[in-house]
Amino acid sequence: MADTGMLSRRGFIVGTGATGLTIGILASCAPGGSGADQDATADPSSIDEINAWVHIDTDDTVTVRIARSEMGQGTLTGLAQLVADELDADWDKVTTVYPTPGENLARERVWRSYSTGGSQGIRGSQDYVREGAAAAKAMLIEAAASAWEVPASECSSENSIVTHGQSGRTTTYGAVAEAASQLAPPLEVTVKDPSEWKIIGAAKKRLDTADKLIGKQVYGADIGLEDVLKDTDATPDKLLSASIRQSPKIGATVASFDAAAVEGMPGVQKVVALNNPFGEGQNAVAVIADTWWQANTALDALPIVWEGGVDFSTEAFEAELDDGLTSDDAFVGNGGGDLAGAFANAAQIVEATYNMPFQNHACMEPMNTTALFTGDRCEIWCPTQNGEAALAAVSEASGLPIEDCEVYKIHLGGGFGRRGAPDYVQQAVMLAMEMPGTPVKLLWTREEDMKHGFFHPTTKGRVRGALDADGNMTGMHLRISGQSILAALIPQALQDGVDYATFQGLLPSGVDERLEDQTLKYSFDNFLVDHAMRNPPVRPGFWRGVNLNQNAIYLECFMDEMAHAAGRDPLEFRLAHLQDSPQAAAVLEAAADRSGWGQDDGKHRGLCVMYGFGAYVAACAEVTVDDDGALSIDRIVAATDPGHAVNPQQIEAQVEGSFVYGLSAMLYGEITFVDGVAQEQNFDTFDSMRIAAMPEVETIIMPSGGFWGGVGEPTIAVAAPSVLNAIYAATGKRVRQLPIKDQNLRDV
Amino acid sequence: MATLKINGEKKTVDVADDTPLLWVIREQVGLTGAKYGCGIAQCGTCTIHIDGSPVRSCVYPVGALSGEEEITTIEGLSENASHPVQEAWAELDIPQCGYCQPGMIMAVAGMLNDNPNPTDEDIDAEITNICRCGTLARVRKGIKLAVDKS
Repeated sequence: MADTGMLSRRGFIVGTGATGLTIGILASCAPGGSGADQDATADPSSIDEINAWVHIDTDDTVTVRIARSEMGQGTLTGLAQLVADELDADWDKVTTVYPTPGENLARERVWRSYSTGGSQGIRGSQDYVREGAAAAKAMLIEAAASAWEVPASECSSENSIVTHGQSGRTTTYGAVAEAASQLAPPLEVTVKDPSEWKIIGAAKKRLDTADKLIGKQVYGADIGLEDVLKDTDATPDKLLSASIRQSPKIGATVASFDAAAVEGMPGVQKVVALNNPFGEGQNAVAVIADTWWQANTALDALPIVWEGGVDFSTEAFEAELDDGLTSDDAFVGNGGGDLAGAFANAAQIVEATYNMPFQNHACMEPMNTTALFTGDRCEIWCPTQNGEAALAAVSEASGLPIEDCEVYKIHLGGGFGRRGAPDYVQQAVMLAMEMPGTPVKLLWTREEDMKHGFFHPTTKGRVRGALDADGNMTGMHLRISGQSILAALIPQALQDGVDYATFQGLLPSGVDERLEDQTLKYSFDNFLVDHAMRNPPVRPGFWRGVNLNQNAIYLECFMDEMAHAAGRDPLEFRLAHLQDSPQAAAVLEAAADRSGWGQDDGKHRGLCVMYGFGAYVAACAEVTVDDDGALSIDRIVAATDPGHAVNPQQIEAQVEGSFVYGLSAMLYGEITFVDGVAQEQNFDTFDSMRIAAMPEVETIIMPSGGFWGGVGEPTIAVAAPSVLNAIYAATGKRVRQLPIKDQNLRDV
Repeated sequence: MATLKINGEKKTVDVADDTPLLWVIREQVGLTGAKYGCGIAQCGTCTIHIDGSPVRSCVYPVGALSGEEEITTIEGLSENASHPVQEAWAELDIPQCGYCQPGMIMAVAGMLNDNPNPTDEDIDAEITNICRCGTLARVRKGIKLAVDKS
């Protein structure tokens, strides 16, 4: 069920051909009709929609339907900009609404994919969203022209107003919306040329800020009875809360628990063991109570005995990773030329091994869902990156037909890839089924969230490079050893056992168009990139940036090592291999130039350039390392070319934020397992960057046009390598073991 | 049973004395602006004011209150988001997911109550809230803009 959803969620459309549906313009622009009735709860108006994407009220309010989830990345505002521009709408009158996944199902997926990941929100839907808006605009103009009895071709639109040029007559979108909603959609539409954009490309303020400044934005963790009553037809008179404890040890199950010990505690309604949504047996115990604090307090006092499980330890797993680094058996991701010859004839061979530990997503808002089960219907209120997968999970967990299930999406308190997985959805439904007719809000503790992640997988990279006597790189072998995300989550997406997503950022161009946005932009004569799959029993997940993050460390730290070994400037050394990618060279040079690369000013700088999620990104970091080895990251200049830049100030926000996420992992992030138990369980041991460590970030947005690249993820990848290379410039020491944590940078 | 004065209103709640103030505010008083993030005073999403000073309410037992303290949550910080910090936050479009921002705003507003003109070092020492979306660069700019607006 969730498999294809999770697949397309990240854009790793490997092997299944699940590149989204090829619904034509007619389907996505079908008029409201009965569909509009199903939307009655979404729009406070009796006027039918213009089409699936746009509703316009008599007061000119333009309501844009947004299928993708807003989790901070700004996609809600960006998608609204796409629609508003094609619609020639007055931006000040634009608002948004999430159509529910149930409505999408009932309307034959008119809004297509709800999955929000892989930096796909805008680039993955810009074509049909803009076409839908262009069709709506044509209908509004047609409605006005019909009323005036003039040809539509003599009319124009701007700022939510239709004008008939010859007569000078004008009318508003609101005045013709009802008539427009009755028209047949146009058979074909043409979207604007980028030169005509006014709202796309403008640094518009986000549409979702006001409530976030006053505590009024409702997140899943905040859902109360009144929020439930707004959406459901049922009439519950209270809402209960639940807290949960999942087996601390990987794979363990509940042997017994003494419910009687806590059943008399204040507020406690029920103590329940829950089935493992993804495996055998019961792997969790939850307490349902009047308030969450009561539920959690009772759970703390509840004796639970666990049995079984896996004695997995990250320390012991190192040996398996190391075995993979030198194994003869590996999947080939990219390569060419005569590598053996290059090494045989090398004047100098350089070798380095790097690691990437497990990371937790650590969304600020812990996992949660509110579910209401009434026997013949099940509804949830859920922060999810994949509304359709959540809907399928509700159906599966409740045993009800999917038509009798519904998902009300809530803005996410962070997602980063974690909230595409439906584990917490299934748990909430199971709990609601214990309390028919009463909504139950399941909220995980931070400790549960930290221990039961879908972790950024652990891998190691071993890179060997050959230099000739002139300092030219003549060969390179990058061996990745470690966990495959697809093997664990979407095994059917493997191709003859190969997880091509593991090679994100390193793949060949021109081989598979579905992976073209994850290709290597360096040109190397003799090289090999391969992967020895070593899968631990820890469940992996898609963590913002995914495999691009560690691959950037392996590739770009090593390019720096090679440049220094060759006695060459790291910028010039990289550019020598970017002759076939002017865009990659351009972002790298832009970041270097703005930073002052090459100046003799006593600053210590490091570079990184990558291509991922269809965008070109580079960074130049400046650091100081004091005599005691303490690091200060002083300044980062980042350049990004996402093709088209829909909202420059939000791109800047994503780039700045990427350094917090990427550098938090580099500095502190690590989940270790001992005897199958995650050791880092809260922010005291899994720290995140505070403002004192935050560098100044200067963002250069340089859209070269002609393509749609991602924004939310690619810059994460250049964060750590640029800083690690700058640390070398400052100290002459290479940090190859992450996180930095308490390593003395003068003595690594 | 505890009595508290919150955003200018007296409230009496029937909870155990060791219940964290955060959960009293969220579940008994019904104000959900202050968020749960860690429960161990690490992340700061639960920050509120007690007599104008920032407090991490997730570890503050309600029984420690006398009932006379002025408790302020994000909902009571200002009328119409008119506090200089809120105005600066709006102008710079700071929130991303926004979950940490009530705590962030209250931490900054609390700092400015005691120290209306903080240096960068003061900011580094006083503002230790976690934001996983990574708004930290704009938060620093926002603090400076809020100072200018005050």
